[in-house]
This record gives sequence, structure tokens and C-alpha cells, in this order.
Amino acid sequence: MIFEFANPKRFMTLSGALLPWFAGAAIILLGVGLYLGLFVAPPDYQQGDTVRIMFIHVPAAWVAMMAYGLMALASLFSLVWRHPLADVAAKTAAPLGALFTTLALITGSLWGKPMWGTYWQWDGRLTSFLILLFLYLGYIALWNAIEDELRAGRAAAILALVGVVNLPIIKFSVDWWTTLHQGESIFRPDGPTISAVFIWPLFLMAFGYTALFMTLWMIRIRTEILERRARTLMLGH
Amino acid sequence: MNSVRALLFRDMRLATRAGGSAMLALAFFAAVAALVPLGVGADLKLLGRIAGGMLWVAAILAALLSLDRIFQADYEDGSLDLIALSPLSLEASAAAKIAAHWLTTGLPLTLLSPVLGLLFNLPEQGYVALIASLALGTPAASAIGAIGAGLTLAVRRGGVILPLIVLPLLAPAVIFGAGAVLSALDGLANGALWLVAAFSLAAVLLAPFAAAAAVRLNLAS
Repeated sequence: MIFEFANPKRFMTLSGALLPWFAGAAIILLGVGLYLGLFVAPPDYQQGDTVRIMFIHVPAAWVAMMAYGLMALASLFSLVWRHPLADVAAKTAAPLGALFTTLALITGSLWGKPMWGTYWQWDGRLTSFLILLFLYLGYIALWNAIEDELRAGRAAAILALVGVVNLPIIKFSVDWWTTLHQGESIFRPDGPTISAVFIWPLFLMAFGYTALFMTLWMIRIRTEILERRARTLMLGH
Repeated sequence: MNSVRALLFRDMRLATRAGGSAMLALAFFAAVAALVPLGVGADLKLLGRIAGGMLWVAAILAALLSLDRIFQADYEDGSLDLIALSPLSLEASAAAKIAAHWLTTGLPLTLLSPVLGLLFNLPEQGYVALIASLALGTPAASAIGAIGAGLTLAVRRGGVILPLIVLPLLAPAVIFGAGAVLSALDGLANGALWLVAAFSLAAVLLAPFAAAAAVRLNLAS
């Protein structure tokens, strides 16, 4: 199925039709999620209103990791099946991933100041996210450094796959190293340990962020395809 | 096997003779290490505590410095094309080059580290862990560094991008390596040493394939 949409022309038609739906879903989900999170959910008995940062912070972190997974998957497709569209998909996912990683880091440190008493702590979770940001930056830098597009795509794909092998190791190493960040409170075998008033806005925000990511990703892929087309046309004249 | 040995010895000769960078990497290692006390002050207790982590960071930086030797020099003078054309698979050549890089950088750094440990007032119980963790961990720096070196082969000013690509991937080596020294100082059981070894083994096993793929795509033009 993926191979059918790997045709750029078909992708343009399909993504053009899907784009308004994703954008609409992002606006509605983020709107309702923010309303529930900022106005309906009560202040936490320990954290007070600071708990609301969670609704912006946690989904950003989830999407930042999802973006790396998607980028690596696209890289695999590009290396194995040599789809030009997979190259474009991987390339355009990276800056978005870096953006969401930065957002998660900034909101996290804003939450950390009142809660932990410090903006930054060399804690496992924080450090592995900082390294994730560097992985994204290295990937983007490699893309920009190699002029030949085909070669740049392949080199970047190898880097993304090396990164995906190493990512769990990095995560596991820094988690062992030292940890302050709270443990898992949502996806636990015995059910979530946070109250439903908080869970609902959190999930709405998570889906909203995902829809936002998909919207921006599609726009970026479309722009890149059009840009390449325009460049080919210019070279033809 | 003969050609692997020939390539290994050739690379080691190139690194150690005039114009090679094996000695430079060592000098760089010592120079970085000497800068740290100037930066953090001469508190011997503090220096003894951070010696392991500091020498690890310096060792990784020194290994990075000489990465261009793995493929770049051969790429520029065309010998990499001949190596790729030879009956020896590029994966095996990459493995030989990684080994040569480690023997001329990682190994001398490891041997020099106890001397620097002395200068840093590293307590007695830390030396075995320091030497063992560097000996086990620096192969990972050469191996993962080779992937970066292969990827940035055709990049002008690749030396600037190379650290950005390689350093985040080497974080586990530094964490476990420096952690092994610290837990030896505290007299704790040293599981971190096994993790350094595991990380290094995985890197050394997988890196030749990734590095060879990277070199191949840069040679095919």
C-alpha cells in the first residue's frame, strides 16, 4: 500500500485531500484540550497550577520521539527501496522533531524551576532528550552539508538508522546514570496513576499534537516536492 | 586475511611515521587534560574525583581529532578507490582501518592515562578501572567515529560536522566509562565496566557495515 503512495504525484493528490482534515483535527483537539487543561482541570494539590504545563510538555515529548521513529522508518524505506519520497519524508521530519524536542526541553525546564528549584538538572530523562536534540541537529547538518541531494539523502538515512540503534542504549545509559524525573504514570500495567480530570485533556492534547505534527509534516513534504519540481523545470530551460 | 593484515600495518605505519597524527592525538589528550585544572582550580580532592570523567572526555576528543585519518586522507589521494576495488570487501577494510585507528590512538591514550591520573591525584583504587574502562571503551570511539568519517567523506569542512554527528552517539561510552571509575573510587561493585565492554563490542561489530555503506555511497559517483 505504501508503494502506491510513494509516487509523488499520487501523494500530492492524497495529501491535498487529507490536509484540511488533519489541520481541522489539530485545531479542534488542541483547542478543546487546552480549554479542559487550562480552565476545567483543577489545580493539583501538590503542584498547584504548575501542573498545567504538563499538557503542553508531555505530548511534545511524545511527538518528539515519534518523529524520530518516523524519520528512521522513512530512512529505512529510502535505503532499502530507494524511494525519493521517503528521502523527502525523512528530511522534512527532522526539523519538526528538533522543534518538538526543543519545546519539550523548554517547557520541562520552566516546570522544573518551581517544582525542582532549578531550570536544568542533569537527570536521565533530561539528558537523553538533550542528546536527542543533538542527534536531530547532526542529521540536519549532514543533510545541509552534502550538495548532491541523492547522496545527502542516503548518508542521512544511514545516520538516522545508526541513531535508532543507539537511541535505546543512550536512553538506558542515562537513565541508569542518575534520575530525578518522575517515573511512568500513564502507561502502566495496573492502570494510570493520575486522575481522569488530568488524563482527558492530556490525551486530547497528545492527539492534537500528533495531528499538528502530521499537518506540518505533510505541508513540508508537499513544499519540498514542489520545490524540487520547480528546480527541475528551471534546469530544463 | 593477508590483505587485512597488510592494510592494518599500512594504516599504522602511516599514522606513526612522519606526518602521521598518532603522536598529535596523544599530545592533544595531554593538553586538554592540562587545561582542566587551570579551569576548575587546583583543589586536589575535586580533581581526584573528576579525573575519570575528565580523562574520558579528553580521550574521546583526542580520538575525534584523528578520525580524518581513517578514510579522508585515502579518499583525497585516491587510494580509497583502490581499496574499494580490491578483492577485500569494503566491510573488512573498514574493520582493519578501525583497528589501526584504535591501535594508534585508543591504545596509546589508555597507556598514557595513568600518568595523567597521577597528575590529577586520582586515588589508588581508581587506576584499574580507569585503564580497563579506557581500554574497553575507546574501540567504540574508533568504530562509531569511522561511521561519521565515512558519512562526511565528501563534505568540505567535514571536520566541523563530524563531532556533532559522533559525540551524541558516544554518550553511553562516556557515561559508563566515567561511571566505572567513580564506582571504583566509592568501592562499589563495578557493573559499569561490563556495560562499557558490551557497548564497545556492539559498536565494533556493527560499525564496519555502516561505515562501509557510507564510504560506498560517497565513492559511487
